Amino acid sequence: MQERIPILQMGRVLLVTIQVDMHDRLALQLQDDLTNKISESGAKGVLIDISSLEMVDSFIGRVLANISSMASVLDAKTVVVGMQPAVAITLVELGLSLNGVLTALNVMKGMKLLERE
Amino acid sequence: MPVLNSEVLPVRGEGDIVSVRQAVRKWAVEIKCSLVDQTKVVTAASELARNLLIYGGGGEVRLEKLQEGLRGGVRVTFEDKGPGIPDIPQALSDGFTSGSGMGLGLGGAKRLVNDFSIESEVGKGTRVTITKWK
Repeated sequence: MQERIPILQMGRVLLVTIQVDMHDRLALQLQDDLTNKISESGAKGVLIDISSLEMVDSFIGRVLANISSMASVLDAKTVVVGMQPAVAITLVELGLSLNGVLTALNVMKGMKLLERE
Repeated sequence: MPVLNSEVLPVRGEGDIVSVRQAVRKWAVEIKCSLVDQTKVVTAASELARNLLIYGGGGEVRLEKLQEGLRGGVRVTFEDKGPGIPDIPQALSDGFTSGSGMGLGLGGAKRLVNDFSIESEVGKGTRVTITKWK
């Protein structure tokens, strides 16, 4: 059975909550699924909640940045929300700044950001 | 330096990278690392375990719990019998990659831990050792 991270549609926004310690293939699967879903649904926004993620390494960071770029090409904005402070500190020391990825502190603020866009 | 406990994990597939992360997290919690330090050592281990798999063709990860005076530490050794690294300073510099990665793995991992060492012989393999002290 192939594991997948569920994508919820709320109006014109796609919502993804990552709640598992993702192995690399699962992260790539999410990237493919989200890109297809944006194209199918015509969604204008993607909200990715990573508040349960205890670690973001360069691979997961790259997948988040890729999702954001691919969504942008498909005319949708991506907001990554809920990053834990320890994860943020580690990510920056690792050398990843997630340039070009919009972020917000929580889902509500992320939604507001998407509504404004 | 007294080694209190040790464990060896094979890295043969992607799922093993997740197992390494979880084992390192467990040990970092046991020596009472702060949440930030736990996250740093787990992230460094994740980068190095992926290198082991992608560039080294798989290998072994050895975890050791250390005690030096009053401070505890976790030492993690990543060993493969892969192609080796011809130019270590270049491999450690940010942005250098021989694969499809971002080139942050080795240099980034080094920044996240207290001690870092790398030994490599072309054609024989590579051993990377990291230690996080409490």
